[in-house]
Amino acid sequence: MSRSDVLLDVQGLKTHFTTDDGVVRAVDGMDLSISRGRTTCLVGESGCGKSITARSILQLIDPPGRIAAGRIWWHGGEETAEPTDLAALDPRGARMRAMRGADISMIFQEPMAAFSPMYTVGDHLVEAIQLHLPLSRKDATEKAVHLLGRVGIPRPDQRMHAYPFQLSGGMCQRVMIAMALACEPSLLIADEPTTALDVTTQARILDLLTELQDDTGMAMLFITHDLGVVAEIADDVSVMYLGTVVEEGSVTDVFDSPRHPYTQALIASVPRMGSRGDRARRLAAIEGIVPHPLQRPAGCPFHTRCHALIGDVCHERLPDLHSVDGGQLARCHLYDESVVDPGAGRAQLPLLPAAPVVTGDRPQPAPEDDRAPVLEVRDLTMHYPVKRGLLNRTVGHVRAVDGVSLAIQPGETLGLVGESGCGKTTLGRAIVRAIAPTSGQITYRGDNGAVDLAGLPDSELRGYRGQIRMIFQDPFSSLNPRMTLLQLLAEPFRNPALRRDRIDSEMEQRVADMLARVGLRPEYMRRYPHAFSGGQRQRVNIARALITTPRLVVADEAVSALDVSVRAQILNLLADLRDEYHLTYLFISHDLSVVEHLCDRVAVMYLGKIVETTTTAQLFDTPRHPYTEALLSAVPVADPHRRANRRGTRLSDDLPDPSAAPPGCSFHTRCPYVRADRCGTEVPLLRGVGTDHAVACHHAEALTLRGTTSTISTPN
Amino acid sequence: MLTFVVRRVALMIPTLVMISIVTFVIIQLPPGDFLTTYVTNLSAQGEQVDPAEVAALRARYGLDEPLPTQYLTWIWGIISDGDFGRSFEWNRPVSGMIADRLPLTIVFMAATVVFTWIIAFPIGLYSAIRQYSITDYVATTIGFLGLAIPNFLLALALMWVGLNVFGQSSVGGLFSPEYQDAAWNLGKVLDLMGHLWVPMVVLGTAGTAGLIRILRANLLDELRKPYVVAARARGMPEPRLLLRYPMRVALNPFVSTIGWVLPVLIGGEVIVSSVLSLETTGPLLLSSLRSQDMYLAGSIILLVSVMTVVGTLISDLLLAWLDPRIRHRLA
Repeated sequence: MSRSDVLLDVQGLKTHFTTDDGVVRAVDGMDLSISRGRTTCLVGESGCGKSITARSILQLIDPPGRIAAGRIWWHGGEETAEPTDLAALDPRGARMRAMRGADISMIFQEPMAAFSPMYTVGDHLVEAIQLHLPLSRKDATEKAVHLLGRVGIPRPDQRMHAYPFQLSGGMCQRVMIAMALACEPSLLIADEPTTALDVTTQARILDLLTELQDDTGMAMLFITHDLGVVAEIADDVSVMYLGTVVEEGSVTDVFDSPRHPYTQALIASVPRMGSRGDRARRLAAIEGIVPHPLQRPAGCPFHTRCHALIGDVCHERLPDLHSVDGGQLARCHLYDESVVDPGAGRAQLPLLPAAPVVTGDRPQPAPEDDRAPVLEVRDLTMHYPVKRGLLNRTVGHVRAVDGVSLAIQPGETLGLVGESGCGKTTLGRAIVRAIAPTSGQITYRGDNGAVDLAGLPDSELRGYRGQIRMIFQDPFSSLNPRMTLLQLLAEPFRNPALRRDRIDSEMEQRVADMLARVGLRPEYMRRYPHAFSGGQRQRVNIARALITTPRLVVADEAVSALDVSVRAQILNLLADLRDEYHLTYLFISHDLSVVEHLCDRVAVMYLGKIVETTTTAQLFDTPRHPYTEALLSAVPVADPHRRANRRGTRLSDDLPDPSAAPPGCSFHTRCPYVRADRCGTEVPLLRGVGTDHAVACHHAEALTLRGTTSTISTPN
Repeated sequence: MLTFVVRRVALMIPTLVMISIVTFVIIQLPPGDFLTTYVTNLSAQGEQVDPAEVAALRARYGLDEPLPTQYLTWIWGIISDGDFGRSFEWNRPVSGMIADRLPLTIVFMAATVVFTWIIAFPIGLYSAIRQYSITDYVATTIGFLGLAIPNFLLALALMWVGLNVFGQSSVGGLFSPEYQDAAWNLGKVLDLMGHLWVPMVVLGTAGTAGLIRILRANLLDELRKPYVVAARARGMPEPRLLLRYPMRVALNPFVSTIGWVLPVLIGGEVIVSSVLSLETTGPLLLSSLRSQDMYLAGSIILLVSVMTVVGTLISDLLLAWLDPRIRHRLA
């Protein structure tokens, strides 16, 4: 790489935070170089210092953080100009400010939160334009409208007057991108821009970024924890662990032959399409979690979780970055000729230990006609009135759930899939009777026979609260921060009628057992939730759901808020517990790749209705509904070689307004296969097409839809 | 927005009706009615009371009617021609007495609220952006002192300061003796200002301290929001960023003060005005309560409650106007 190709060169960057507990070395000797016009992905788990690195480039570190050492050379000025050291600039000075937004722009993880709710998106855009360009308000407004159109926002002149909270997350991210591109920067820093979004929205945003990059020739620093996304978008990859780069190279090199054990494990933990039907297999997961930077292990920081330890040298000395076979660089003693004898042949990274296969007699789900379903939902509807006007009159209904029927057999795991806003969560909450449905039946078959939960008053529901439990999405807000784990887990057994309701030692034993079962140490039971990481809190959530020994568990996006590596751990745990406690799951997710691993059957939901339901294998191999195909194609595949052939079906726009669902087939406004006859006028019914396969599409037989069979990746 | 205003104003009506009923009940609570008190007063002064005249008065005020009718008569008198009844103690119509004092009270309240804002705004802003600096600690300490010192004590101290440091001849009251009965002119206004600052500071300190804390806490929350970092990443100059972004959100408590500060001020005002012998409604309320002058007391309570309700309405409307989140949720 010639010197002139490099746009940004970070050398030995150290960003430290001085706290009461000591100096937190969040970034500790980081090297990174970004080439003009290329996309560099910075990848690693949460807490590795990726965001701090990005913010250090723009000097956006809040006190008590500061750049302690290192240089950030910017080669983006005039061709003849000397490179500028950004780290040496005054963070509040005019030069740094002039660069932000003009030469280097940034987009963020939470698109909605990155806007002030007090101003319209148009105000934000015009302001951003006028900060760096000498344009009148009128010209700036014109440019803003143009930019909104360019990032794919329909009716941009109207959207200028919208407030951020009136737009969906995907729309907000588009506006954010428009704002970042306003001054045609040479470098765009994207800090987890799609992590908070649905898979389908993520796919569209990634497409947009790639397209804009092709148009403008800007370089991109893309930060993510998801290797599927990396494979989609990266040219170069830098893998970061505890403040340093552990491996860097081109995307194909890194994915084809990862050289660092951490990279290898990260790639393995991405759920791969094609692992379905094999319930006994577990996902490969990295052991443990990223330690806090204050407890950085001596020697190689990764040695505590490494599967390829060489010997004492790993505990003692920090390895250097070694070039491997002229390809990528890896920070591992394995490639150090003074440690590993070069005469013994080329250094080889041992294969990741195969994920253990669960043997033993796990009860397969009983055949359908053999036993009655645990749960049978019939024609369930949940309508919310829309009230407007002076007298607060009901002017319409949001049909969150609109006539859903489904059944779950004992021991079965049913996946419920769809985009945000399609009614999955509402359905889940109605089933656990957190809300009372508008109409329909929820027949639950417990030990004392069948009962319709939909009509039961709260007093009678109490007996079923312990049998049907829920696991929530957000591990941070679903646990009361003022209760210890012991109190949280013992809560379902406590009797509010008793004045002095103490937790006895028997209860404590039970909580301890449950904690141990979900992989937490029983000693933790007197701690409060804030002491735990996201993954550990989700384990607490699971323990709380399972402690009443339920029969049915509704898991609402239980792994969506987690890092990919932690996600694999939690999915494995859910599978193990299912086998151990003979649980039946309703597993709600927007991400088909997660569903595939865990579920026996899948129901796809769109705008309050089930549009397709079948076995997992059939759904992934031969989807019959265009919406399912679109969901499948949105899942990023962790294989950079297959990037070209998977720009398949992309859904055009965001969900239609659920209070005014389109007539006929509600999907026809976004369907790539829409036909003139029937689609816009006649509501399709869910009907059987082949064995155990139902679909709500008029033209299901006439369509040839792409599943995942043609594109199964072969794990190396 | 119009829908919201109309609905909000319409919702005010039942509140006002409830307030007037409670007030009427308070007026009726003491045994007997105002005529018996009137007769007793006259008899005490040795005057003869003609029973026929009493009967005539009784009929005129409808005192023999059932209570609901009496309430309707009373409230209709207020609505139709501002007749609040008579004060026994002063033997004057209540409306006239209130009209003398209410304008000054309103000026006093408004001045105090503005004073509170002017002091609290920059201090709160500064102590948030320089969190844990010396200045922050000093401002915090002063704030807590202001909260902790009782109003009357501060009033006495400031009176002493006014007398001995500024050499003001009269610190009590709202006007110097020479302007007491003069017509309004520039001199009288300046004289009012010279007197108003003491009660303003006294009443303002407690409110200021509370507001500084609220503003500081709100701003500290907002300063850590992603949109602040995002704006900074766009290259926005720091002062402009502060005022346009986090400040705008943190303004909400300032606007709501109009609603909640009024009752606090009215409560504090009674004591402070008595100590400083201000001619506002506060001391009048106190003396009327002590002498069971029920029409006067009831009328003041009614007016003060109405002012609070109206203040809340104004602050709600301002909030909706300022904050699009509120506006769109309610539209």
